[in-house]
Amino acid sequence: MTLPEGVKRREIAGERQLATCGEPVYGEPTDGDWRAWDPSRSKLGAVLSAGVDTGLSSGDRVLYLGAASGTTVGHVADFAGPTYAVEFAPRPVRDLLDVAADRPNLFPLLKDARAPETYAHVVEPVEAVIQDVATRGQAEVALANRQFLEPEGRLIAAIKARSEDVTREPAAVFEDALERLREGYEVLATERLEPYHEDHLGVIARPR
Amino acid sequence: MTDAEEAGWFAGLGATGDADETEWLKRAREAIDSGTASEPANWPERAVGADVVPDAETYYERLHQATVATAGELVREREQADDQQLIHSIRALDDCRRTHNELTERLAEWAGTRDRTAAVEASYVRELADSEPTDPTERRLVSLAERIVELDREADRLEEYVDRTAGTVAPNLTALAGPVLAARLIALAGGLGELAKLPSSTVQLLGAEDALFAHLQGAAPSPKHGVIYTHEYVRGTRGEDRGSAARAVAGKLTIAARVDRYRGEYEPEIEAELDERIGRIRARGDR
Ligand SMILES: C[S@@+](CC[C@H](N)C(=O)[O-])C[C@H]1O[C@@H](n2cnc3c(N)ncnc32)[C@H](O)[C@@H]1O
Repeated sequence: MTLPEGVKRREIAGERQLATCGEPVYGEPTDGDWRAWDPSRSKLGAVLSAGVDTGLSSGDRVLYLGAASGTTVGHVADFAGPTYAVEFAPRPVRDLLDVAADRPNLFPLLKDARAPETYAHVVEPVEAVIQDVATRGQAEVALANRQFLEPEGRLIAAIKARSEDVTREPAAVFEDALERLREGYEVLATERLEPYHEDHLGVIARPR
Repeated sequence: MTDAEEAGWFAGLGATGDADETEWLKRAREAIDSGTASEPANWPERAVGADVVPDAETYYERLHQATVATAGELVREREQADDQQLIHSIRALDDCRRTHNELTERLAEWAGTRDRTAAVEASYVRELADSEPTDPTERRLVSLAERIVELDREADRLEEYVDRTAGTVAPNLTALAGPVLAARLIALAGGLGELAKLPSSTVQLLGAEDALFAHLQGAAPSPKHGVIYTHEYVRGTRGEDRGSAARAVAGKLTIAARVDRYRGEYEPEIEAELDERIGRIRARGDR
């Protein structure tokens, strides 16, 4: 079983779906304490439902880059340990704050993921860096944040082809991004996230 | 490691029990917002080691409190910075409406030379805009009418923008004054920060500068209100009580602007207090 403890497949609203235990965030269906994790609204949700081994475990310390309004990082904080959520756009952070209000282990940081020195005085070394920044230079963001990973830690990144170059073939864009990533990581697995997310690649890697 | 000395966000805050709570939080916010480190470290362990907190559990409680407060404060600041956008948009809205009226009059006057049904009315402009021109003059008239209809639509969209922006820039002021008046007051003061610094007697007269000047020259009675006249509580209060109503409205709007500037959260009590105050002023005359 590759799902981290604390993430389960459950029957919710007549459908078997991923779920975590926590306060609802985005109007998702619930069953008791369990709330559905919609893979079409979450790259990590899509990676997990594809059965990819992420190496994530319950209680892990996590650095999440590109938290937006907290849809995914809320699920992460439901099963992980201390969860640091970096997002640089103020507007979604307003919603992220609501998600954090119910989760004492979720720490919102209004910071730029390309400038790790501006949060390294807050964030401790972690077992997992989860990245979904959907902006140009996604491999560079992962490289810049490698310093936060424990030697045995995992990078779980979503690479969006269109963020790098809208005109090129996604496969070619992914190849380039992986090439760059290998400067600091060993890539363990990749997975296209269709049908949930068009032209996105899920990447699992460990620092080298 | 060469910089084992590098400090975490909590360094310099003192032990959590020492400083008073708000002061501690303020310093923690400053440290999280503007601090740096060249690399991460086991901060929870270091904080416990330095006796900043008794244990890791307390560390995370404090970290949660401090990060939530910091992000909240920053979000509020950036949203308030939208006050300049609000100022431009309300001015653009006023310009659109004024131009719309001027052009409507011009069109009615021109069209009136050829069409006895011409009128300074939106319905007439629309009708003309939808008609088929049959000669070169009519082509100009119809085209002008189309432009006026579009200008009206643009004004509506600008007003929607003002509605949305005013609520995020100044939720309390907007709740009390409505988005358009809130935006006008912010524009007249030059910004939310500027408005929050004005005494309520000045807020009461914002937009009445001409009348005030005339009064100071000895040419007119002192004005009782500026743009706040458009507030239902001022306009809808009868003559002899209108001065008191204007003072009460200005007082609460001033408080609302300050809460928006310094706290940023919506506080329904301000509105309730104003309702109550106006109720009492209006009841005076009923006895
Ligand atoms: C696709 S959205 C993330 C959605 C989110 N991960 C979820 O599933 O709930 C990408 C986010 O990354 C943020 N982002 C992009 N570049 C960033 C950067 N350099 N630093 C921090 N956040 C960034 C964007 O503001 C946006 O909110």
